[in-house]
Amino acid sequence: MAKAKITFEDIEQTVSVPAGTRVIEVSERIGAGIIYGCREGDCGTCMMHVLEGWNNLTEPSVLEEKVLKENMAGRHDRLACQAQIIGDCKVKPA
Amino acid sequence: MKTSVDVSAHREGVEFADGVYWVGALDPNLRTFDIILTTANGTTYNSYLVRGSDGVAVIDTVKENFSDEFFARLESVADYSEIKVIVLNHLEPDHSGALPELMRRAPQAHLYISQRATSMLKALLHGEADLQYTTVKTGDSVSLGDRTLAFLHTPFLHWPDTQCTYVEEEGVLFSGDVFGCHYCDKRLYNDLVGDFRFSFDYYYAHIMRPFKKHVMDALKLIEPLHLKQIAPTHGPILRDRPRRYVTHYRELSTSALARSIGEQDRSMIIFYMSSYGNTARMAEAISEGASSIEGVRVSLYDLQGGETDPFVDLIEEADALLFGSPTINGDAVKPVWDLLSSLAVVNLKGKLGAAFGSYGWSGEAVRMIEDRMRGLKMNIPVQGQRVKLIPTDEELQDCQDFGRQIAEVLVGKPQEKGVIDFADLA
Ligand SMILES: Cc1cc2nc3c(=O)[nH]c(=O)nc-3n(C[C@H](O)[C@H](O)[C@H](O)COP(=O)(O)O)c2cc1C
Ligand code: FES
Ligand SMILES: [Fe+2]
Ligand SMILES: [Fe+2]
Repeated sequence: MAKAKITFEDIEQTVSVPAGTRVIEVSERIGAGIIYGCREGDCGTCMMHVLEGWNNLTEPSVLEEKVLKENMAGRHDRLACQAQIIGDCKVKPA
Repeated sequence: MKTSVDVSAHREGVEFADGVYWVGALDPNLRTFDIILTTANGTTYNSYLVRGSDGVAVIDTVKENFSDEFFARLESVADYSEIKVIVLNHLEPDHSGALPELMRRAPQAHLYISQRATSMLKALLHGEADLQYTTVKTGDSVSLGDRTLAFLHTPFLHWPDTQCTYVEEEGVLFSGDVFGCHYCDKRLYNDLVGDFRFSFDYYYAHIMRPFKKHVMDALKLIEPLHLKQIAPTHGPILRDRPRRYVTHYRELSTSALARSIGEQDRSMIIFYMSSYGNTARMAEAISEGASSIEGVRVSLYDLQGGETDPFVDLIEEADALLFGSPTINGDAVKPVWDLLSSLAVVNLKGKLGAAFGSYGWSGEAVRMIEDRMRGLKMNIPVQGQRVKLIPTDEELQDCQDFGRQIAEVLVGKPQEKGVIDFADLA
């Protein structure tokens, strides 16, 4: 299976994951600082800032775009419970 | 002689600044609010009306079953056809309850809410799907001719949607639940009502306390205002020396620990329970290890000798929280759960957490505590420490290392790390 690396800047930890893994699955197990509420893309609690590899996460859905907008997300912010890792990237809590 | 005020004797609006009226409702019999609050003497739902040369604005409404009183007071000072603007500073039903009926009576009025309020509006008013509204933020304002409503974006006080509205010309701040309290008094003004200090502090402690950081952000917007009166959505109108309440909010939101130990030191608290002393011995070793790291102040508490409330105060100000419990009948012990289920009033987001404990054969407690801490939005950087029955010297050494490791994370010392494989994560 294709692999990708995700780095959590706040804890300076890189994890090698199967492509398609959601960020939430990794960050929770590794204890990175991203936090979660609803876990289903509704509340915006899990907003993260993508530092590198913006295009290596799956595209945000229309619903995610809406929640990002409501939560006044910056240009490179995503929901960690929604974004799937498809290539190397680096993130930190928003 | 003091002028007497008794708003329970009539159903009219009360003018408290030029063209600014209270049109709220009294709920003297309420004793429990939002499940989590009690009140010894009810509450008020304060709604306000501002009359400008070019139209009328209504700021917040009331709980639905108090609509009659609200509409009666409103009708005494304005005609529905004059209402040009409706502002909801907060969509909780105690302030949005009469909105649908108000919109029916004043269909020409335009609604102003915060961006965060939009999805809540839909979820609260299912029937009125195509309600028109404009979202506003700090810097936006609406003119009523000789009166201007300026908006302040003050989210999370205490819902994501909350905002404040300021009438520049009169120096009146409509603060929503901020500076409010559940205190019903027909004399309406802070200089006439009874001693409501307890209710004010109690309201802060249960409603605003989890959001201290957001309170500080809001105060940055509020403090520079020329404040003649503060008009919150519950309790007395603060017309006498309103700035005292702003100062008080700042005091309540400032960390007491940082003032006493200095900003640089990080605080770690270790709570434990132990029947035969095994988990206690682990706690001491962990404490010793953590204390060896410069800049970390460690406190050790046996849960058997304490009460929940003061522990909650300690937890609020700590940077790292460790919980030690033996496994008893496949679970952590009750005092640990009692404390971990009493933390809704404090913000734990991002604090470090860790668990440890002695066990006999299955040892579930440590993992269960870790899961609970994750649920409370804490970070668990180091996997918990478990020891079977009596810790050996070697195991106590491991406990010291465990304490040291967490303390190092706490002071930001980078740990040696390579790339971890996802499959190796528990
Ligand atoms: C003081 C208070 C705090 C709340 N906190 C949250 C929260 O953190 N997350 C959330 O999703 N909803 C929160 N809510 C919203 C309630 O869950 C929501 O109003 C719900 O519809 C109430 O359901 P009930 O009518 O069964 O009590 C909060 C409500 C109140 C009054
Ligand atoms: S956790 Fe709620 S949106 Fe991701
Ligand atoms: Fe509220
Ligand atoms: Fe309220």
